[in-house]
Amino acid sequence: MAWVNAIIQGVLVGGLYALFACGLSLMFGVMKVVNLAHGDLAVVAGYLAIGVITVTHIPVLWSFLVVVPLMAVLGYVLQRTILQGALDRSVLATLMVTFGLSVVIENGLLQFFTANSRAIGTGLALVSGSFSIGSQIQIGYLLVVVFAVAVIVLLGLQYFLSATKYGRLIRAVADDREAAQLAGADYRHVFGIAAAIAFGTVALGGIAYGMYSQLQPTTGTDTILLFAFAAVVIGGLGSLWGTLLGGVVLGVAQQIGAQISISDETLAGFIVFLAVLALRPQGLISRGAQS
Amino acid sequence: MSLVTETTALPAERFRVTRSRRNVAWTGVGALIVVVVLAYFPYIVYSGTTAILVQAFIVLTMASMWNLLAGYAGLVSVGQQAFVGLGAYFVLILALHGTSPFAALPVAAIGCGVAALPMWWLVSRLRSGYFAIATWVLAATTMLIIEKFSSIGGGTGMPLPGFAGLDPTLLTAYTYWAGLAVTVVALVGIYLLLRGRLGLVLTAIRDDEAAARSSGARVGLARMLVFVVAGAGCGAAGALLAISQLQVQPGAVFSVQFTAEMAFVTIIGGLGTIEGPIVGTAVYMILQQTLASYNAWYLIILGLVAIVVTLFARRGLWGLVDTHLNVRLFPVGYYLRLDEERPRALRVLPRRG
Amino acid sequence: MSPEPNGERPDGAAPLLEVRDLVVHHGQLRALDGISLRVLPGEVYAIIGANGAGKSTLLRTIVGLHSPTAGSVFFDGKDVTRVRPERRATRGIVMVPEGRRLFESLSVEENLKVGATYSRPGPWTIERVYEMFGWMRERRRQPTAQLSGGEQQTVAIGRALVANPRVLLLDELSLGLAPVVVQRIYGMLPQIMATGLTVLLVEQDVSQALRVASHIHCLLEGRTTLVGTPASISADQVEAAYFGLASAAAPGAAPEEGEA
Repeated sequence: MAWVNAIIQGVLVGGLYALFACGLSLMFGVMKVVNLAHGDLAVVAGYLAIGVITVTHIPVLWSFLVVVPLMAVLGYVLQRTILQGALDRSVLATLMVTFGLSVVIENGLLQFFTANSRAIGTGLALVSGSFSIGSQIQIGYLLVVVFAVAVIVLLGLQYFLSATKYGRLIRAVADDREAAQLAGADYRHVFGIAAAIAFGTVALGGIAYGMYSQLQPTTGTDTILLFAFAAVVIGGLGSLWGTLLGGVVLGVAQQIGAQISISDETLAGFIVFLAVLALRPQGLISRGAQS
Repeated sequence: MSLVTETTALPAERFRVTRSRRNVAWTGVGALIVVVVLAYFPYIVYSGTTAILVQAFIVLTMASMWNLLAGYAGLVSVGQQAFVGLGAYFVLILALHGTSPFAALPVAAIGCGVAALPMWWLVSRLRSGYFAIATWVLAATTMLIIEKFSSIGGGTGMPLPGFAGLDPTLLTAYTYWAGLAVTVVALVGIYLLLRGRLGLVLTAIRDDEAAARSSGARVGLARMLVFVVAGAGCGAAGALLAISQLQVQPGAVFSVQFTAEMAFVTIIGGLGTIEGPIVGTAVYMILQQTLASYNAWYLIILGLVAIVVTLFARRGLWGLVDTHLNVRLFPVGYYLRLDEERPRALRVLPRRG
Repeated sequence: MSPEPNGERPDGAAPLLEVRDLVVHHGQLRALDGISLRVLPGEVYAIIGANGAGKSTLLRTIVGLHSPTAGSVFFDGKDVTRVRPERRATRGIVMVPEGRRLFESLSVEENLKVGATYSRPGPWTIERVYEMFGWMRERRRQPTAQLSGGEQQTVAIGRALVANPRVLLLDELSLGLAPVVVQRIYGMLPQIMATGLTVLLVEQDVSQALRVASHIHCLLEGRTTLVGTPASISADQVEAAYFGLASAAAPGAAPEEGEA
């Protein structure tokens, strides 16, 4: 039964991973930018939430309403300034700038907040409570809520991309930037919107992660970035639902690994990732070529 | 009406293709003098200084390798720490079986070169950005696997055996000379590699990959070779690291900090030139010595400077020197020389960031 | 009327689109070497020339996707040389690019909707495009990759039309299409232009261009070799200008080197 519990845990945490992954995937799909600081932004959001709560004493859940839009705006600004500048130069430049940002953020957090882990305590029954199915399966409320939120966000993103003006523009610019310009679209603005969405979703994930687990300066890369990437590859590029599936597979693999040996959790996930990379680079749901 | 365009055609005999603008023999002599002087250091300076220089050697070797990958082959790897760690562990494992760590160093380098092959197979098909993160995942995975083996220290690491009975001063000196040797071999090796066919192939790939392929250049092979060499080089640096620290801890030797150092040093110094990492390493060492007690700060500053350089001074510090003074210490390009004249700008330059 | 050497239009009408002494480089290659032209409102101005003559480069520079080394582009009397391509589009310079370049992951209707996103006010709507190309309405949800070349070309034109351009630039419409299809598409031009459009087109098919154009401009290796109305230039002159052959001196022969 511990296995069933583990698998359910894995599925649910997959939602969180999908939340981390969809921004990474969006930025690559639209701008061809792999944001190496992606995970660190989630951690920044988490620390920001802690800071905001500590200073203003607003209810914990309100921190989402403050931090997520803030991060989205930050994303737009960063994209229009630094990332666009790097994009205009070369792929190497974007990787170096985002890697530089990652290092600066992590070491900055380390310098100012030390390496101690922090969590966002809510004191709500939501976080610590759980419900049971039968006598041996126990599922935490928080994780279920996070999964539900992740699905809602993905649905929202799907709707946004398929049915709204900016969603269409984002897809058009991703297909053919010049043709979009010829139709009157300023692609830099569209890139900014995509970055805002990416930063917003990863901030959401980061705050949720801070509630579910602990945040450290290095969580951004060790955990979030690498897991997000693994979820994207396993699930296949170009598909939001593939990203969810990828997150779920990753989560389940990790939990199974943890059942085998508690220290094998992360490793199990990476091994599945490497297996997919070796055997089916397009991922489980593929749409278009990857390499 | 005819459309004849006039050209001033010069007879072909009046042109020469040379490898450098000035007589590079002087640079060679200069380099030799520098190396000989450096070799004497253990006799004339304090061991504190040689220890710092060993650090510089490690950083310079790693940066040169990263430069080879990113500046010449267009491969941006954020996972070279995998080889640094593997190099350290190769030395540890061999030392645990009785080999002298110094003897283990070249073996570690070769071992890492071999280990690079399956890694290349896994990630070579990925596009730039995804290639980068994939190398990072590979590095993290490598560390996690190594940590499972308690016989080599597990998650906490263990001291490096094999130096019992060795006088500390001698140890410092040997470590220093090992570092000097590794760096010289690395730099000379890269120089020779790039002066030869590989350098041409890499430049051709950089300019027009499809054309390079169709004219017979083995693109995949060239890139793989570079990846393997860079793996071996970083492995040697890792081995040196283990020797200089006298212990091997997974968290320390597999740290992504090494990639940060490699990359930033190269960018600041100048990507795509052999001299660049040398300049960058000098800057890095000065920074590190000045901010020694503020551990996180030098990485923050390094990172910020690297971002600024990437956006505004692409060719780095050496690029500024190169542009204004027209100097190339390690000439790997070609120049078209008209008799008696200063060479024209048929410079076949390596990849620019 | 003899062919004018410099794109001068003797009737004195104000041009809608004007290019002055345009010099454009691709890296070190001089793709356009001092091109001038004037497009009057309501006309069909065709640029012809062999591959590599610089036709598409000229169009791309006019629309803003390429920056000139020297010279300027004027639209409606205003200098737009420094204006970004998307801003030129909203001012009314809209191009149907070479190779169609539809948004492949979008459906037919979505392509039209993107075209209409930043449209100017005017008679063209998606509805009107459906009226003109009946088949599009039925297949509007289809991904554009499933359409034939000719169908894709009409969608691309529709996408440009819904932006309500003032001058429509057509880059190599006939490329990759069967002659019958090409003729049918060009046959729609009058209907398209009835709403007050001006057309500047680039065409490799010279006879097609001569059929639809009110003004012809021939390029060769980045230079103008012939300008005039179809009525006033002979087939021999076109051939000479197109291929750069030395031609016998004839009344109103192509301009001497250096004048174009």
